[in-house]
Amino acid sequence: MALDTIDAAAKRGVLAVQEYALLSGRAVSNIFRKPLYRSDIFMQADIIGVGSLPIVILTGFFLGGVLALQSAATLTQFGAAAFTGQLVSFSMIKEIGPVVTALMVSGRNASGMASELGSMIVTEQIDAMRALGTDPLKKLVMPRIVATVVMLFFLVILSDAVGILGGGFVSVSMLGQDGSQYFHTSYQSLQFPDILQGLVKPVFFGFIIATIGCFYGMRTRGGTQGVGRSTTQAVVWSSILIIITDFMISRFLIGIFGR
Amino acid sequence: MNEGANGATPQPSSPSSTDPVVVFDDVSIGFEQKPVLENISFQVRTGEMRILLGPAGVGKSVLLKLTNGLLRPDSGRIFVFGKEISAMREQDLFEIRGAIGTVFQEGALFDSLTVRDNVGYRLLEEHVPDDEITARASEALRFVELEGTLDKFPSELSGGMRRRVAIARAIVTNPKLILYDSPTGGLDPITSTTIIELVMKQRDVSHTSSIVVTHRLQDAFMLAMHHFNRTTNQMDALPPHQTDPNTSFLMLHQGRLVFDGSTKELVDSKDPFIHEYIS
Repeated sequence: MALDTIDAAAKRGVLAVQEYALLSGRAVSNIFRKPLYRSDIFMQADIIGVGSLPIVILTGFFLGGVLALQSAATLTQFGAAAFTGQLVSFSMIKEIGPVVTALMVSGRNASGMASELGSMIVTEQIDAMRALGTDPLKKLVMPRIVATVVMLFFLVILSDAVGILGGGFVSVSMLGQDGSQYFHTSYQSLQFPDILQGLVKPVFFGFIIATIGCFYGMRTRGGTQGVGRSTTQAVVWSSILIIITDFMISRFLIGIFGR
Repeated sequence: MNEGANGATPQPSSPSSTDPVVVFDDVSIGFEQKPVLENISFQVRTGEMRILLGPAGVGKSVLLKLTNGLLRPDSGRIFVFGKEISAMREQDLFEIRGAIGTVFQEGALFDSLTVRDNVGYRLLEEHVPDDEITARASEALRFVELEGTLDKFPSELSGGMRRRVAIARAIVTNPKLILYDSPTGGLDPITSTTIIELVMKQRDVSHTSSIVVTHRLQDAFMLAMHHFNRTTNQMDALPPHQTDPNTSFLMLHQGRLVFDGSTKELVDSKDPFIHEYIS
């Protein structure tokens, strides 16, 4: 009996992975098929990118600030307070900027995508769209993937910049450090692999957020309760996958570049 | 009486006006290893209305979704306009669906679009000029007597109005086949009559082939025993003992097609289930 349950759960898991791969593959291949739905891509870019600006700026600024605050306290013990800028910029660009921005965007947009598409499923709007001759993967999923990948890339750059600025504000105004020294050490110590790591991650994270959000939305079953369930699962799984992928990309790039 | 098992002989040749519009050939489908429809065979000819009867949950909506390729059969073949849709890729089905109008059970209008954009959705996708979309959406809405609702959102309409907008959306491109999934389900008797009148108007004015799913016998017999009068713009009862020659019935019971025939054959049926169902 227990074996049967494990067997059924394993089959469900494999089936879900297969469905996810098919949905992602078909949505990505739709980028190269006409029609392109440019206006839908721009609309989603506005919702996902511009709409996420306030939370990304706020979290980025205060994360940079708290990083400076915490690291300066430790660095002072070793007489290395001058390296606060370096530590903040390293942390923001390589890890905290991409991961926290992705988690913020995931909480806001993966849930939004899952609930929007889920509601459309339970009210038969997706079936109606297919019946009217439109491919929902092309009209609804593809624009969300393109918009999230592109906009998250720029949101992460913005978050990094604002985070370093926040760290600088705290270092100068609260810790009494020299502003010129802070910003000098911030960018002087950065090398190509650090920047590359910070720019590669949002591309993967954006893809995860959009595909997971759309996947759970498109497989919603069971009315409004099902929509709620899909929304929760989309946020949980996209967050988990972001953190796992972050580790894998970091390990891979550190393996190649040695830092 | 039951022509379900041997009534359909698919002819996948180039379509002409005499070819059947829809052919089901020994179609079966199940979900989670539970059979829902078994060995279903029937045809819909050009200009014909097939009324699909059966108890709730018997698979009537599933049959409609098989007809426009939203679901695929586990076995058997389905031909629409002479093309075997059960063997087509999803990408290719979108073109076929362009010639089929579907009215969903609850309307399934896009809630973020206005009535004009809902009705003209297909035209928007085909990049038809804005003025033409407005004109054709208005014309379709005039057909369902809802001209003043162009700029409203579905949430601002009553249930019956939403159903009429769904009919307008289905007919705006003059499809060759219309599928009605319980068009009167959940509506009050007066609104139901209005909807049935519109379905009849589409049958008698445009002569569009259709499948009408319903479990309301009064709607089914109203369609079979009335015709639409273009002069008075309302439906008239046919003379006693006369039924519409283009309207016939299908009946599902426990996943099988138990009846395929005319109104008279249905009424005269000695099958205990059919007799009990219609009495």
